[in-house]
Amino acid sequence: MAGASQQGGFAFDLCKRNEFFEAKGVKHPGFTKTGTTIAGIIFKDGVVLGADTRSTAGTTVADKNCEKIHYIAPNIYCCGAGTAADTENVTGMVASQLELHRYATGAQSRVVTAMTLLKGHLFKYQGHVSAALVLGGVDFRGPHLFTVYPHGSTDSLPYCTMGSGSLNAMAVFESGYKDDLTREEAMDLVARAIRSGIMNDLGSGSNVDLCIITKDGVEYLRNHEYLQAKTYERQFPQKFASGSVPVVRERIYDIKKVVTVVEGEPMDMEA
Amino acid sequence: MSIFEYNGSAIVAMAGKECVAIASDLRFGVQLATLATDHKKVYKIHDQLFIGLAGLGTDSETLSQRFTFKHNLYKLREERDIKPSAFAQLVSATLYERRFGPYFCQPVIAGLEPDGTPYLCGMDSIGAQEPAKDFMVAGTATDSLLGICESLWRPDLGPEELFETVSQALLSGQDRDCLAGWGAVVYVITKDKVIARTLRGRMD
Repeated sequence: MAGASQQGGFAFDLCKRNEFFEAKGVKHPGFTKTGTTIAGIIFKDGVVLGADTRSTAGTTVADKNCEKIHYIAPNIYCCGAGTAADTENVTGMVASQLELHRYATGAQSRVVTAMTLLKGHLFKYQGHVSAALVLGGVDFRGPHLFTVYPHGSTDSLPYCTMGSGSLNAMAVFESGYKDDLTREEAMDLVARAIRSGIMNDLGSGSNVDLCIITKDGVEYLRNHEYLQAKTYERQFPQKFASGSVPVVRERIYDIKKVVTVVEGEPMDMEA
Repeated sequence: MSIFEYNGSAIVAMAGKECVAIASDLRFGVQLATLATDHKKVYKIHDQLFIGLAGLGTDSETLSQRFTFKHNLYKLREERDIKPSAFAQLVSATLYERRFGPYFCQPVIAGLEPDGTPYLCGMDSIGAQEPAKDFMVAGTATDSLLGICESLWRPDLGPEELFETVSQALLSGQDRDCLAGWGAVVYVITKDKVIARTLRGRMD
């Protein structure tokens, strides 16, 4: 019961049972994936990261507005594609490790440090931790942008895309990128790239999130473009009259606190 | 056959104005045979926090016992009940720990934060959190339930209206699923009371 919680890390005690299920022909269900379009670009003063907001369970949309741009450090953010639980946990873990590292060193975190921690973890698990990441940030050496693949390889690029919508977004980047973009140009280009993924890739959808990192700080634009609004309004919201549902049994648990606190003078305990 | 379809379940949770409701069906079966019609899938953690566990029955029971155990220790250490958002983190970590040999359960957490704001969160079987402001569904009837919830949910429902909406959604959804049904139980949680109602549905 306590087992793995003591040392941290993964516990494998249910693997034998699950293998037995598979041998009996019982299929393992799919996990929530982030079909995704994520992208990043380096501009004159820093980095712009962008992501869509759809997460899927098979072909059903699980979350219409999820957050795919994860915090790593005050100057470093990371977009995640792949299995949602893996991207959440691996970015959370590296963020914690970097915070402890900041306390130990007393200095601002470097983007390459985050990259090294991520790739080390992912390589150790040989791609089974399915997280494809776009890592971007600004440190004392300037702006950095990396892609980290599930098996642990990395690329350092001026512009990059990942996820099922990466080809759609890359097409926009390839035709629109130039060196030393201004902040507005970079934001516009990334938003267009993500929109291209949202409209053309079935695994990506809903809204566009942007994150602009410069040496002066971070601007996290959650739902920078809200494309998810319904195209229609229900004219007559369905209202059910009280008592329309057949109730067999009803129990009411009153949970008001039993002790009432009354204002008053503190009691004199001396005498 | 998927492992999630071995027992079958349907869970819905919805948020209203300073109240939440969570409901589940009552069927317990093994593939196509029904063995019991009083098997709830919603478990109480404390007065303002409930967790519904859809999926394999044995894993739901084991997990609910583990979470009760963890909350008991938490209460002894912290001298207060756990906040729903903190509990969601606890559930997520417990599930992710078994990343490569998971529990076959999808939790739905519904509760009220200490200041009265509704809290809803769903997860997949390895703990990927999905917070929601409107509704959350899990189980074998998800496709139907998602459709009916999208249609029926409105913001700022009061406790009575919320109960009617959740009930209609669950009963309609589970009617379209062979593996879930045989009645339902609905919990409506408000700041000063919890109302548990058992519903009569189609017994087929």
